[in-house]
Amino acid sequence: MKLTLKIWRQNSATDKGQMVTYPIDGIEGDMSFLEMMDVLNEELIVKGEDPVAFDHDCREGICGMCSLFINGEAHGPDRAVTTCQLHMRKFNDGDTIYIEPWRAKAFPVIKDLVVDRGAFDRIMASGGFVSVNTSGNTVDANAIPISKIDADKAFEAATCIGCGACVATCVNASAMLYVAAKVSQLALLPQGKVEAKERVLNMVKTMDEEGFGNCTNTGACAVECPKEISLDNIARMNREYFKGMISAE
Amino acid sequence: MSKSVLLKSSIAKKYWMAFTGLFLCLFLVGHLIGNLQLFAGGEEGRRAFNEYAYFMQHNPLIKVMSYVTYLSILFHAIDGILLAFQNKKARPIQYAMDNAASNSSSASRKMAILGSIILIFIATHMVNFWAKMHFGGLQLHTTTKTVNMPIGQNPQTGEYVNEDIEVSYILSIKGEYLDHKYKNPKTGETQERYDIKHETMVYDKSSKLKVSEGYKDLHTAVMTFFGKDAQGQKKNQYALIAILFYTLSMAVLSFHLLHGFAAAFQTLGLRHPRYTPLIKMFGIIFAIVVPALFALIPLYIFIS
Ligand code: HEM
Ligand code: SF4
Ligand code: FES
Repeated sequence: MKLTLKIWRQNSATDKGQMVTYPIDGIEGDMSFLEMMDVLNEELIVKGEDPVAFDHDCREGICGMCSLFINGEAHGPDRAVTTCQLHMRKFNDGDTIYIEPWRAKAFPVIKDLVVDRGAFDRIMASGGFVSVNTSGNTVDANAIPISKIDADKAFEAATCIGCGACVATCVNASAMLYVAAKVSQLALLPQGKVEAKERVLNMVKTMDEEGFGNCTNTGACAVECPKEISLDNIARMNREYFKGMISAE
Repeated sequence: MSKSVLLKSSIAKKYWMAFTGLFLCLFLVGHLIGNLQLFAGGEEGRRAFNEYAYFMQHNPLIKVMSYVTYLSILFHAIDGILLAFQNKKARPIQYAMDNAASNSSSASRKMAILGSIILIFIATHMVNFWAKMHFGGLQLHTTTKTVNMPIGQNPQTGEYVNEDIEVSYILSIKGEYLDHKYKNPKTGETQERYDIKHETMVYDKSSKLKVSEGYKDLHTAVMTFFGKDAQGQKKNQYALIAILFYTLSMAVLSFHLLHGFAAAFQTLGLRHPRYTPLIKMFGIIFAIVVPALFALIPLYIFIS
């Protein structure tokens, strides 16, 4: 496959950056998107140029490190996959592919396609935990009865890998799907109910302070989410927030 | 609960959008039911509509509701524009290539633009009709009939002499038609029985006492605005432009509601596998039927 890549290049956080065009040849349909990027970077290194910086880690769709806004969609045109799980067979010979970093004020570019998703960590730190006694007589989590329905819903919410595709794809750069997944995962379980009110208030407060936009219910996040996190979670967070807002002390 | 949570947090701002938005949907239903009376023609239809307009302006409960409506529109618009500015700021650099159409409807991404057009429409619409109703500029509801009546006696024969006289009747809020103005079309001679003060108050000429109150003729103002006067003559030369503007605005409202109606329930957390599909379906029907009926009214007036 012969392709034309249009890639965002930006030297540093303060650099202005621009789109740069790279022709590439010899790409196989069985390569993953990141392997295609590796091929490009090898060529660039051989030519003595600066390779394109991009995030990745597990390359098996579970860590949430890979990103990339490919041809106008987060994680590319395929559904329910991360960029590392996207295969080049989704593209055709002669295609032009736009590759851009996640665009959000809360996700500043560090270099090229790498953005700082620390805002997500700060949201987690502000409430995405349960306080458990670890002094030695910790209660076995399995000793607490949980309904199958709630356990399933909590597990589904917990599959969020924190990749940030929801923010990247949202016209408003809203982090509602991510925060809703984290709030839901804990609000559904008995262990999380204890701190539920403060949690949702604090996490939403941090979300707002980090400069994410406001949800207008476009639903784009749930379509582009590699883990198919459902909008049900956003509705649940909206309910949780209402409870917290009117009754937290 | 701190003030900042109620007004400043992203989610609370959205509750306000959803509450005011749904309240405005209720307002649309009430407003539509009233306006559908414009389809009824003749003096009966005119009378029913003007009586309704009077009721809407004077009933205390309706008055309270109207203030809630003004506040809702203001709050919804200000909050919506504020949210839209924040959202613009949240993505300072746009994508070179954005395939948003693959994952969301354009109405859902353009709510603020659609809403702003609706706001412009509401403002012009209020100048066209609401301001006239509240601050003056409307005629009294009167009907004119030609009556063959005696105007004097023949001094020789003592017979009564009859002439065709144009008599204008004021429709009073008690439901009576008060004969107010007598005009002899031949001589142009005119006699009035009452003094009209404050646009609608009917006073006796000699005793200076208030006799009754008339209705403002909003019906004729609407008919004239969209192309017809009381005699069915084309009146407003800009009627076509007005109709086009009203129809386009209703199309914009339709798109706003195609997304907004169901979205409001999601914002309020009212989501359930059994009810959400029903809400979505109802929202689509609502978003098409209500604006379409509104848009039909000026078209009907113009064509009929
Ligand atoms: C009769 C008039 C109107 C009705 C019935 C109406 C109804 C609605 C409804 C039901 C929503 C959904 C709320 C939600 O997503 O939770 C909405 C959203 C919105 N409306 Fe309106 N609206 C009207 C006029 C306006 C006006 C005048 C503006 C002014 C600029 C406006 C701006 C917006 C915006 C920006 C949103 C998106 C807010 C968001 O989802 O965060 N609307 N509207
Ligand atoms: S909700 Fe989905 S898109 Fe958003 S961070 Fe989690 S896994 Fe990624
Ligand atoms: S690299 Fe870990 S999910 Fe893609």
